[in-house]
Amino acid sequence: MPEWVIETRRLTRHFGALVAVHDVNLQIARGEVFGFLGPNGAGKTTTVRLLNGVLNPTAGEIRVLGLDPISQGPAVRRRTGVLTESPALYEPLSARDNLFLFGELYDVPPDVLRRRVEELLAMFELSARADDKVASYSKGMKQRLALARALIHAPDILFLDEPTAGLDPEAARQVTELIEHLSQEERRTIFLCTHNLVEAERLCDRVGVINRGELIAVGTPEELAQRIWHGHGISVRLGRPLSAEAVASLVRVEGVAQVEVDDTELHILLDEEGRTPAVVRALVEAGAEIYAVKPREHSLEDIYFQLQADARGGST
Amino acid sequence: MNTRAVRAVVRKDLRIALRNKGVVLPIIIVPLIMMIVMPAVMIFLPFYLEPMDAGEELRQEMGAFFANMPAELSVLFAGLNDQQAWLMLSSMFMFAPFFLIIPLMVSSVIGADSFAGEKERKTLEALLYTPITTAELFIGKVLAAFLPAITVSWVCFVLYSVVVNIGGVMVLGRIFFPNLAWLVLILWVVPAAAALGIGFIVLVSAKAKSFQDAYQISGLVVIPIILLLFGQMGGVLYFSTPTVALIGLVIWVLDVVLLTIAVRTFGRGEIIARL
Repeated sequence: MPEWVIETRRLTRHFGALVAVHDVNLQIARGEVFGFLGPNGAGKTTTVRLLNGVLNPTAGEIRVLGLDPISQGPAVRRRTGVLTESPALYEPLSARDNLFLFGELYDVPPDVLRRRVEELLAMFELSARADDKVASYSKGMKQRLALARALIHAPDILFLDEPTAGLDPEAARQVTELIEHLSQEERRTIFLCTHNLVEAERLCDRVGVINRGELIAVGTPEELAQRIWHGHGISVRLGRPLSAEAVASLVRVEGVAQVEVDDTELHILLDEEGRTPAVVRALVEAGAEIYAVKPREHSLEDIYFQLQADARGGST
Repeated sequence: MNTRAVRAVVRKDLRIALRNKGVVLPIIIVPLIMMIVMPAVMIFLPFYLEPMDAGEELRQEMGAFFANMPAELSVLFAGLNDQQAWLMLSSMFMFAPFFLIIPLMVSSVIGADSFAGEKERKTLEALLYTPITTAELFIGKVLAAFLPAITVSWVCFVLYSVVVNIGGVMVLGRIFFPNLAWLVLILWVVPAAAALGIGFIVLVSAKAKSFQDAYQISGLVVIPIILLLFGQMGGVLYFSTPTVALIGLVIWVLDVVLLTIAVRTFGRGEIIARL
């Protein structure tokens, strides 16, 4: 059984009449990269605040590294690092001063802190400008520094709130690569709040989708796709479009749940993978020119939008 | 109490505040004008404009002030000519209320930068995610405003003492400043005034959107001091040692009330809700 470093039970937070987080149950394992996905205002930042004991819940229970953030906030925060949505750096100070300040606030021993600051400056490619005022930095440099600051005390869990929002593609890629490094080389547990689905797909082991404060799904992207589409999807590429009779005959094949036609592309949903040969046979008998047959992969984007649509009560 | 974290907050707040021209200029210019230039002009200018002789002119013009003066203070003026009485009056009495403006002004301008300015610059949230307790953060921020307020006031006091004693040597032929009432003012009332400025600014900052907003509203605390100034000139209130000690006590009581309320606005949840 995995070691859960974050656990919540029926976590709820209201702000007056507004329900920011409702009945959220989460379990996140050590070393995992967990993507917390949802539109702006869905409750992602509030959840991070609750998990760090910065905000108290209206109801529910939280355990972070076995500690209760409500009564043991400082002990929790000593072992977590947070990259906030805006970098929140002291712009009149240098990068080195910013890192030293936070090292002292986290009570990192002075000799360890000196070494750690230089390591992080080098790792985040900021050494050359470490003594320049942060105000003179580009957005990407500021974000790298904010990430370095979140790591100053070598935290067990790293919370990243929209780490690439507002960055140009080059800077965003650098930050994504750094996060990948932290996860793969340093095996840190990462709680990544984002609405950048490509980034989440690249980085996350599991994702949770939140909408209006409610966690509507949790799992690996494959598990979520299975749950949504209940079966096995295949895509078939043809030399020329299929006739209407041929499509009708395909629908009659046992185990075929759905057929979508997109010119020379067919997307077929089967109740199980073992139905694939029968479908191919039926296509050949109907005179189809088959160029390629491959399992249909759902991107995290497909999954996310389907989940959000389901949450709104719609369907595809 | 993690004193290392508190020291880090004090250092950080001071370094940031002292890089803000809106903070540094009033801290330098106001004391310079109020405690050096104005006293120098007020004390010395009359000598050159209209040579004063021994006489009753000054005592007649400041009728109410001299008429109601307690006996222990009138001793100061006994046997002095107008020139000497003017020096005594202006240096010992008129500038005393101004001396409360310095700690109030310095603590509220730095406090405004530290509390409202930090909110405006959106840097507070990152601090709240560190293990520092809100009590430690509050103490750090209060000290960052309090210590410079005291330092600037005391430096001003030393410079002011030099200026008025130059007058003393020239007009009275001796060094006459400070007296006990002034020492009580400096050691007991000035720290209380600094704390008052901070208590007020923390409350204002909870609502203010920016450093400028907070600082402008905090200007209101100067009103009671202006009342003190007029009260004295009108012969209602004198800067005798017991009066100064009592004013200090009243301000300290106000400080306790204000800071107790201020601490309540400074919980993590309350701060986050205002960000």
